[in-house]
Amino acid sequence: MNPTVTDPLPETPRLESPAVEAAPTVKVADPKISVRGLNFYYGDKQALYDNSLDIARGKVTAFIGPSGCGKSTHIRTYNRMFDLYKGQRATGEIRMDDVNILSPQVPALHLRHRIGMIFQKPTPFPMSVFDNVAYGLRLRGRMPKSELEGRVEEALKGAALWEEVKDVLPQQGTQLSGGQQQRLCIARAIAVEPEVILMDEPCSALDPIATSKIEELIDGFKGRFTIVIVTHNMQQAARVSDYTAFFYLGKLIEFGETGALFTMPQNEQTEAYITGRFG
Amino acid sequence: MAAPADTRTRERVNAAVIGISTLAALAGLGMLVWILGDVALKGVRAINWDFFTALPAPPGEGGGGLANAIVGTLVLTVVAALLAVPFGVLAGTYLAEWGQAGRFGAAVRYVSDILVSAPSIVVGVFVYLVMVEPMGNFSGLSGAVALGIIMIPVVTRTTEEMLRLVPPEMREATLALGAPYWKMMLGVIYRAAAAGMLTGILLAVARVSGETAPLLFTSLNSPYWMESLNEPVANLTVTLFNYAMSPYDDWHAMAWGAAFLITAAVLALTVLSRMMLLKKTR
Repeated sequence: MNPTVTDPLPETPRLESPAVEAAPTVKVADPKISVRGLNFYYGDKQALYDNSLDIARGKVTAFIGPSGCGKSTHIRTYNRMFDLYKGQRATGEIRMDDVNILSPQVPALHLRHRIGMIFQKPTPFPMSVFDNVAYGLRLRGRMPKSELEGRVEEALKGAALWEEVKDVLPQQGTQLSGGQQQRLCIARAIAVEPEVILMDEPCSALDPIATSKIEELIDGFKGRFTIVIVTHNMQQAARVSDYTAFFYLGKLIEFGETGALFTMPQNEQTEAYITGRFG
Repeated sequence: MAAPADTRTRERVNAAVIGISTLAALAGLGMLVWILGDVALKGVRAINWDFFTALPAPPGEGGGGLANAIVGTLVLTVVAALLAVPFGVLAGTYLAEWGQAGRFGAAVRYVSDILVSAPSIVVGVFVYLVMVEPMGNFSGLSGAVALGIIMIPVVTRTTEEMLRLVPPEMREATLALGAPYWKMMLGVIYRAAAAGMLTGILLAVARVSGETAPLLFTSLNSPYWMESLNEPVANLTVTLFNYAMSPYDDWHAMAWGAAFLITAAVLALTVLSRMMLLKKTR
């Protein structure tokens, strides 16, 4: 029987090892994603050490830390992006709504229909603005043209891009400005109504005005999507997120509510990073 | 401050090198203009309506044309492309997607690079041995196969290079939306690399349309219209060869006409492919 991507994800057994029971430092009520004992390897080199945290449903969680600390590596395990590359592997458990998404029983394709991703470099596809946003929708099967157009418009409005592109929908996506391209990628991601949106430094390549537009969008997404955002900009993390996780050298140093972490960090490494003493 | 004498020497050397480089560039350009001009001047005299529509006339009669050879070259080139392009594109895709690390990919790339410069006459002899001899007759099909073999490594390498130019983020972004790998390649990656890939194919076509040696052992030539691919097929390059070697003046004039046509076609294809590439990257 060929499972379709809209079927629920398959049941996966819980791991029995003690590492799984290591709880994160702060309790999150009703987590969308629960990570327990996540280790990640690039070939023989270990990059993540025993990460455990919860991603709160409908809220924004930020990952901060100096370059090379593993925050991008960590976020990319959530949609199994590492499957693409030989020699990269993860051990441990990542449960989304009680399904272990690291299990080989969960097809990566089905997972990625529920988890969207925005990258640091805007990647408009070589096609029209309309086709860009419609791409994910078309992957899921045939849809009447009017419905497709409706959902594309909705997605572009949700990404605060509709007014700017409604008259140039047939134009190539690559001809938009950098900030517009990134919002196009966001429209493309939200068009398929994912449950989680992963953002890997989405504003790094953008100017401050484009950045603030996207931060506004993220704020508006709360409640509708669960968002995990990697950022090297601490002020951004403080502005947009509800929870923050501080990574250093592949280890999760501290995790907690954003306000508390930035004003009263429990760990002295966290305090050193936040106050700019390193990183 | 540097002493004035030093600066003057440096300036003189600078000017000398610029002068020599310019002369060398002019010499190269001059060669090209000379060849094109010579071919154009001698060849354009033979170009008339008959050239494109009539069959070759016996020597001494005058008139006649190379219609069958023109059609034959077109057919051979198209069939060669139909055979070579799928192989080349798929091989190039393999090299770009899965052959970046590992010994098999490296070996394929190495062999491909060697084959790009393989002498075309050797390819012709090879196809003679594996196709013409077993089949028992010369044929347009074996000619097309020979041309195709020459095309494959060119298409493979340009496809690989163009696919590698597509940023990995584009692959990841497509997969992150839940696309299966093959849909990602066909719908997004090939589209992104399309202009470059097409340029590679056009350049390969331009190259083989001017090849003579491989056809000497496979397709030969024919004074008649082509009836099937299983017989010798007339083509411009072997015709040019035969006519040029003949002692007849009117055949010489025809040969110049053929040379002009081939040169003009190859030039047009090359310029077209450059324009396509420029347009896409703008």
